[in-house]
Amino acid sequence: MAGAVAHFGNWVTVILMVIGLYVVLARGNLIKKLIGLSIFQTSVYLLYVGPGKILGGTPPIIAEGFTVYANPLPHVLILTAIVVGVATLALGLALVVRIHEAYGTIEEDEVLGREGDS
Amino acid sequence: MMHRETIPRVVTKLLFPFILLFALYVQFHGELGAGGGFQAGVIAAAAVILYGIIFGLSAAHRIAPPWLVEMLVPLGVLIYAGVGVVGLLLGGNYLDYFVLDPDPVHGQERGIFWVEIGVLVTVSSTMIAIYYAFAGRGR
Amino acid sequence: MIATHLPALQVVIPLLAAPICAMLRRGSHAWAWATVVSWTMPVIAVAILLQVLEGGTISYWIGSWEPPWGIEYRIDTANAFVLVLVSAIGAVVMPYARASLEREMPADRQVWYYTMYLLCLTGLLGMAATGDAFNVFVFMEIASLSSYVLIALGRDRRALVAAYQYLIVGTIGATFYVIGVGFLYVMTGTLNIADLAERLPLVENQRPVFVGLAFLTVGLSLKLALFPLHFWLPGAYAHAPSVATAFLAASATKVAIYLMLRFFFTVFGASYPLADLAIPALWIALSLAAIVLASITAIYENDVKRMLAFSSVAQIGYITLGIGLNSEAGLTGSIVHLFNHGLMKGALFLLVGGIAYSTGAVTVDRIAGLARRMPLTFAGLVIGGMSMVGVPGTVGFVSKWYLVLAAVERGWWWLAVLIVASSVLALVYMGRLVEAAYFRPAPASSAGDQEMPLSMLVPAWVLVGACVYFGLDTGLTAEVAAQAARGLLGTP
Repeated sequence: MAGAVAHFGNWVTVILMVIGLYVVLARGNLIKKLIGLSIFQTSVYLLYVGPGKILGGTPPIIAEGFTVYANPLPHVLILTAIVVGVATLALGLALVVRIHEAYGTIEEDEVLGREGDS
Repeated sequence: MMHRETIPRVVTKLLFPFILLFALYVQFHGELGAGGGFQAGVIAAAAVILYGIIFGLSAAHRIAPPWLVEMLVPLGVLIYAGVGVVGLLLGGNYLDYFVLDPDPVHGQERGIFWVEIGVLVTVSSTMIAIYYAFAGRGR
Repeated sequence: MIATHLPALQVVIPLLAAPICAMLRRGSHAWAWATVVSWTMPVIAVAILLQVLEGGTISYWIGSWEPPWGIEYRIDTANAFVLVLVSAIGAVVMPYARASLEREMPADRQVWYYTMYLLCLTGLLGMAATGDAFNVFVFMEIASLSSYVLIALGRDRRALVAAYQYLIVGTIGATFYVIGVGFLYVMTGTLNIADLAERLPLVENQRPVFVGLAFLTVGLSLKLALFPLHFWLPGAYAHAPSVATAFLAASATKVAIYLMLRFFFTVFGASYPLADLAIPALWIALSLAAIVLASITAIYENDVKRMLAFSSVAQIGYITLGIGLNSEAGLTGSIVHLFNHGLMKGALFLLVGGIAYSTGAVTVDRIAGLARRMPLTFAGLVIGGMSMVGVPGTVGFVSKWYLVLAAVERGWWWLAVLIVASSVLALVYMGRLVEAAYFRPAPASSAGDQEMPLSMLVPAWVLVGACVYFGLDTGLTAEVAAQAARGLLGTP
């Protein structure tokens, strides 16, 4: 039990990761798939940022009396990853809008069912 | 578009300059504390998007014409990457800010300043472009 | 002075060119600009390769920050070779693009095509040049996002669905990769690939490292379309604009394969994932499954672009087979086939795109009797097909030679026989095309079909010629590939 509490952050990461992947694979609605994809990517942000935090650590600015600093690098990396995630989501949604215009539906099985007609 | 609601229309007009001012504050405060081009860009874009929601898409097109927005997206990237090339021309490596000023520390500051300007331009115009693209669909 | 900055210029020039291209707003201007830029790329890449062959590994510090703190571009023979392949294909397809895209999309979209093409080139070259594991992810996403757009620009609505499916799968692949890198970062505290290689042995047998390796392997396998993670590939290749298909088929999966080599051999050290863990058996089994099953699917496919896409999956199987053999000969075969397959699949997709230019959709039935109307196109297709089969005198033979050699070296005669026997499958699916085009009567509806314009035919034939040239003069490619293999294995 103590272990489970100590690894709280990791549990959240894993749960989000699995939920996200499950939604991507199991849902047929193209928008819901993108939501799942976003949740999946968010879990990775946590995976990186979590270990960067050091208990009692301060922001990494050299000052007297502080010797323990948190690692700023994961935050920088994840800032980049968030931008990438937003770009992916925007492109994905734009594609869904176009698919809706072309097929009149955003349900994957219906879209694939109408593929042969074109 | 909201034709009859007086309060949102008046409030939007009042808030508009302050939102832009706040964006600039966040942009230039980024050197000292929380802030920077990403946040400032989104705030600045929010001003235009709010204007578009209240007064209609064509009104927003008047204050931020689509062709200008489409030009600003690549321009910001050019500014960012261009700073790197300036470092290259001044004898350093690519993205070398140390050589931008005789004092290397000041050079870093100068490099980041221009990079953040590039980020501001691209992020704000991208946000507006996305809004235009989705709002203008189906017309 | 400029010689020292080549690694940065290789990536920065297309990066800067892309926004300028977007500002041009006219299809013809954008095309001229993108062509000029893409033709400087192979010049730089070849210069880098010569530098590496002469003076060893190049290390370039972005922003003058010392690695491992700053981002380092680190180029040895293996990635210099990949840079040459990607930039050469990128340059060859550009003259072709003009006429092909004029027919396939409206003028206002062409600007976006060229912009996205330059960004995709940036991403692919960046993935190959950088020596920083997280930087790889950033470039991977630049390349992927732009390639989703390239595919979505295809001529009918199925392109949208293909692009969407590729977006979902590609993002999952890239995210798996970044999870893997995250685990390695947590364990070692570094993202620099050379530094990772030094620090990993200290923590080698701990569980997070295994997990990281697993995520990396699956993520990159999705990107390189290793069987059975290839399901996104046929749709994406079949519906993209012809020129985009040729470019992506010849370069995108190849860069992912290079990264796999980099992580398996440089970072983990060949002995670790491929000898100590149970990976090789599984790896070879999957590669063989790819070769056999994807080839059989290709045989039954009626749409020629899809057929070639399945053939790509099979050919990637040969490349990964060489990785699984884990020896100098095997790795040489892998790297040389990476290059050769880029050449021949690029050539075939360009030729098929040329047929599509005239006929619209390309199915086996539709090309019946067309060889008489398009003699040059189909002559190229025959040579490309012979290369796919591995006839001596073509590049396909060179790669298979090394793979068979590696299998015999191990004493696995059954594998050597299988590699040779699998060529028959390629013979069957390429043979179907040839049979239909040369020996079936042409239907009356094909009377108006004619050869593609010269601006498209010449680039296609340049690649066909390269298939023969590098098949006869193996000194260049095989020597460089062997040196790259030694570099990866760490043997002098």
